[in-house]
Amino acid sequence: MAAASQGPLPKGLVAVGAVLLCIGSYWGLAQAPGEIFMGDVQRIMYVHVPTAWNAMLALTFAFVCAVFFLFTNSWKWDNRLEAAMEMGVVLSLLLCTQGAIWAKPTWGVWWDWDPRLTTTAVMVFAFGGILALRAFVDDPMKRAVWSAVACIVAFADVPIVYFSVKWWNSLHQAQSTPATVSKAFHWPLRINAFGILFLWAGLVALRTRVAALRLRSEIAPPLPAPSARGTDARASGSAW
Amino acid sequence: MTAFLTALQKDFLLQWRGRGQIVAIFAFGAATLLLFSFAIGPDSVALRQHAAGFLWLGLLLASTLSLAESFEREMEEQALEGLLLLPASARALYYGKAVANCAQLAMIGAALVPVMVVLYDAGTIRLLSLLGVIVLGTAGLSAPGTLYAAMTAQTRARQTLLPLLLFPLVVPVLLAAVKATSLLILGDPMEQLRPWASLLGAFAVVQWALGGLLFGRVVED
Repeated sequence: MAAASQGPLPKGLVAVGAVLLCIGSYWGLAQAPGEIFMGDVQRIMYVHVPTAWNAMLALTFAFVCAVFFLFTNSWKWDNRLEAAMEMGVVLSLLLCTQGAIWAKPTWGVWWDWDPRLTTTAVMVFAFGGILALRAFVDDPMKRAVWSAVACIVAFADVPIVYFSVKWWNSLHQAQSTPATVSKAFHWPLRINAFGILFLWAGLVALRTRVAALRLRSEIAPPLPAPSARGTDARASGSAW
Repeated sequence: MTAFLTALQKDFLLQWRGRGQIVAIFAFGAATLLLFSFAIGPDSVALRQHAAGFLWLGLLLASTLSLAESFEREMEEQALEGLLLLPASARALYYGKAVANCAQLAMIGAALVPVMVVLYDAGTIRLLSLLGVIVLGTAGLSAPGTLYAAMTAQTRARQTLLPLLLFPLVVPVLLAAVKATSLLILGDPMEQLRPWASLLGAFAVVQWALGGLLFGRVVED
C-alpha cells in the first residue's frame, strides 16, 4: 500500500471495488433466489455479511499498523493507522445500521443485546474514542504513540467483550460462512466481499496520503518555508 | 521490586494527603446511587433487583474522577518528568499508581455497599465474596484507567476523553461485576458466581499485563 498511495492504484482499487459492489448487489437483488423463510428481507445479507468481514479486517489492519508503529517508530504506520481506524469505525457503523434495518422486520425490534451486535457497538465507541483522542492531541509523536497504544488495548478487548456478552445473552443466528449459506447465494456474497475490500483498501490508501500530507505540514520547520520542505527525515517523501 | 514499593508508597502518601478528595468522590458515588433510584421509582422490588447495576454504575462514574485526579497531581510542576528521570522503570511507576488507584476504588466501592443496602434493601451475608468481587472489578477498572489517565491528563478536553476511552473498554467488567454482585444479593441457585468472577479475573490479568507493557511508551515519548 506504500507504493499504491503514490500512484493511480488507490483510485483504481476504488473504481474496481465500486464496480464489483454494483455487480454483486445487482446479482443479489435481482438474480439470486429469495430465501424461503425471510423472503426479500434476507437480501440485505449481500452487503451486511461482507461489511461485517471487512469491518473486522479493517480494524485488524489498524491493530497491525499500531504494533508496527510501536516497533519501528515510522510515521507511515501512524498514517495508515489513522486511515484504517477511521475506515473500521465507518464500516462498523454501517454494520450496526444494516443490522438494525434487517432486525426490525425479522426480530420485530431495531436492536437486540446479542453478542455480535453489542460487540460491534462497543467497537464503534472504543475506536471512535481513539479518533477523538487523536483530535485532541497536538504533538504528532504523542498522538501517534497514544493512539497506537489505545488501539492495541481496544483490539485486545474485543474478544473479551464478545464472550462476556455471549454469556450474558444470546439471540443472533449462527455466523454466516460458505458452509452455512446455500450455494445459490455464494457468488453475490463473494463479489460484494471483494468489492468492499477493494473499496476500503483504495480509500484507506488515499486517506493515508491525506494523513501524511497533514503530518508533513505539522512537523515541517516554519522558516524558510519553500526551501525547508522535506529536510526533516521524518517529513520526507517516505512519510507514506 | 524496590522501585515498585517506593512508587506505591509515594502514591499512597499522595492519596493520604489528599484524603478530602476521596471523601468527595465517595459522596459523589453515594449521590449517584440516590439519583438512580429516582429513575426506577419507589418500587422496592425493582430497586432491589437493579441494586447491583446501580452500585457498579456509581462506582464506574466515580472511578473516572478518581483516576483523572491521580494523574492531575503528577502534571503539576512537571512532577511526572522528574519521576521518569529517577533510576526506576516506567513499569514500576505504572504498577505503583495502578495498585494505589485500585485500592482507592475498592475502598470507595466497599464504602458504597452500606449506602446500597440502606437505599435498596439489597444486603448479602456473603460479605467476603462481595469484597472479592469489588476488588477484582476495581482491578479491571484501574489497570486501563491508569493507562488512559496518563494520556488524557496531558490533553485538552481531558474530562471528556477519559470516560470516552474507558467506558467502552470496561464493558466486560461492568457486565461481569453486576452479574456477580446480583447473584450475591438475589441468590445464586445455579452457582454461577465462579465463572463471572473468573471473567473479571481474566480481564484484569490481560489489562494489567498490557498496561505494564505499554505504559513506558505512553509517558516516555
